Amino acid sequence: MSANDTIDPTRRDFLYVATGMAGVVGAAAVAWPFIDQMRPDASTLAASSIEVDVSSLTPGMSLTVKWRGKPVFIRNRTPEEIKSAQEVPLAELKDPVARNANLSGDAQATDIDRSAGDGKENWLVMVGVCTHLGCVPLGQQGDFGGWFCPCHGSHYDTAGRIRKGPAPENMAIPTFSFISDSTIRIG
Amino acid sequence: MSGGHSTYSPTTGIGRWMDARMPLPRLIHDSFISYPVPRNLNYAYTFGGILSLMLAAQIITGIVLAMHYVSDTTLAFQSVEKIMRDVNSGWLLRYMHANGASFFFIAVYIHIMRGLYYGSYKAPRELLWILGCIIYLLMMATGFMGYVLPWGQMSFWGATVITGFFTAIPLVGDWIQQLLLGGFAVDNPTLNRFFALHYLLPFMIAGVVVLHVWALHVVGQTNPTGIEVKSKTDVVAFTPYATIKDAFGMIVFVFVFAYFIFYIPNFLGHPDNYIQANSLKTPAHIVPEWYYLPFYAILRAITFNIGPIDSKLGGVIAMFGSIAVLFFVPWLDTSKVRSAVYRPWYKLFFWLFVANAIFLGWLGSRPAEGSYVIMAQFSTFYYFAFFLIIMPVLGLIETPRRMPNSITEAVLEKNKAGASVQPAGAAASPEVKG
Repeated sequence: MSANDTIDPTRRDFLYVATGMAGVVGAAAVAWPFIDQMRPDASTLAASSIEVDVSSLTPGMSLTVKWRGKPVFIRNRTPEEIKSAQEVPLAELKDPVARNANLSGDAQATDIDRSAGDGKENWLVMVGVCTHLGCVPLGQQGDFGGWFCPCHGSHYDTAGRIRKGPAPENMAIPTFSFISDSTIRIG
Repeated sequence: MSGGHSTYSPTTGIGRWMDARMPLPRLIHDSFISYPVPRNLNYAYTFGGILSLMLAAQIITGIVLAMHYVSDTTLAFQSVEKIMRDVNSGWLLRYMHANGASFFFIAVYIHIMRGLYYGSYKAPRELLWILGCIIYLLMMATGFMGYVLPWGQMSFWGATVITGFFTAIPLVGDWIQQLLLGGFAVDNPTLNRFFALHYLLPFMIAGVVVLHVWALHVVGQTNPTGIEVKSKTDVVAFTPYATIKDAFGMIVFVFVFAYFIFYIPNFLGHPDNYIQANSLKTPAHIVPEWYYLPFYAILRAITFNIGPIDSKLGGVIAMFGSIAVLFFVPWLDTSKVRSAVYRPWYKLFFWLFVANAIFLGWLGSRPAEGSYVIMAQFSTFYYFAFFLIIMPVLGLIETPRRMPNSITEAVLEKNKAGASVQPAGAAASPEVKG
């Protein structure tokens, strides 16, 4: 009501508005649990950390483990694969960001920042899910000798970086750490 | 048309007693017996009835299948095999349901094309058309979730790809995807909720169908001439004329349906869905069910970034846009003439659109590489151009053919043309072939 109105709001008007607002807030509060129940439940969240023994992986071997319902590729890369990934100028990359959960969000997608870090450059640990629409890429295939997604033709290089095709990002590197020389904890 | 007063008069005591308290028999009589329909409806107009039949068939077969199906990732695939091998007549019920979905979509595509051809969406039937679009959207959601339930490889990976669309949304995409999946990947929570929703949505479809039929009965049916009903000679009673014509259409349709069920029950399915879902192995070539293929082709046609929109989001926007554009058709078509019968240019572009849509479907089944991508881009362009350029512009520049003054005149003209073979009195016959 504007100030020019000759009729002042009555106590009844106030009660109507207050009741209506209480009803809206109440309906929203009741609706929330019905939406909230759809989010990942406690058991799904609890299964979010795994430990993997990688002692049997010699250079050139890969292991796929399941983490949060998704495949995680653990690859002991060969020196040639590391070399070819290191030689790629950053300007050639479609996605210049490392996408490494262990580093800051703006880390560059250099080979070292994609790998397990200094002294462990041979290890590549990443979520084996194409960043386009979620298919599992095939290893050691495609134009760059890394991964190739058969669904819509995305090519990744030997550091799991997107090089060609519709995928927008490099394959994600999950939070992980070596808890001993031969065991990786993911998550 | 329905504005007229009711002609129902109960003849029995019980009928009068009921009519004074809850006039359901009157509603049925007015809607499906005395309801006036244009006398010149052709067989394209029988698909509304066929669709009602298919919805009922899907609900009935679905309910009995749910009595044997288990929505658990470790048991779902086996329970479907159990339905096929152990449950009495289970194979028949499952094939009816699986092929029924395909035939539901065949019927709805013919129904939509009929609407586009005869301009059924034009005023005052905009709301009727929009309700139909909502039904179509619900059908797509239902069909998608139903396809996940057998927990085969295509089920799993189709669900992964389609829920992956939502990750293209900036900022909240991942949150929405996790909300849909109930986890970080398609898994048991996903299967359970899809089963619950797959059971729910057909009843929501049935609810919107009631609104669709209600809206239809307020404004009345269109007809191949696109001319509104003007007098009593333009119409015939729903029963027996439309009832029998619809019934005949249903019988022919069910003949074809039965051929698929009994002779080629897996023709429209994908063999990979007889392999149990494996979350670590993607099939070489993921294809959705055939009825989504044109939209899948549009999704994959956007391989380039458009300004700040990357190719992934662009593809998802184009795909949803290709369905969203249907909602605006009543306002995109600027022509004053309703039916393509009197619009020579629109008729040409319409059939090109149909051919293009089928071509898009074929492209959707091909791998997304090389010349297929280029062709899909041209095809996608024509799909949108038909709605966004051709429809508005053609209505302004096209010279329509001369139209008859009424439905009756159109029917009589047609009969005169074939008078030598018509028996006497045929002009008055309502069963004119359209």
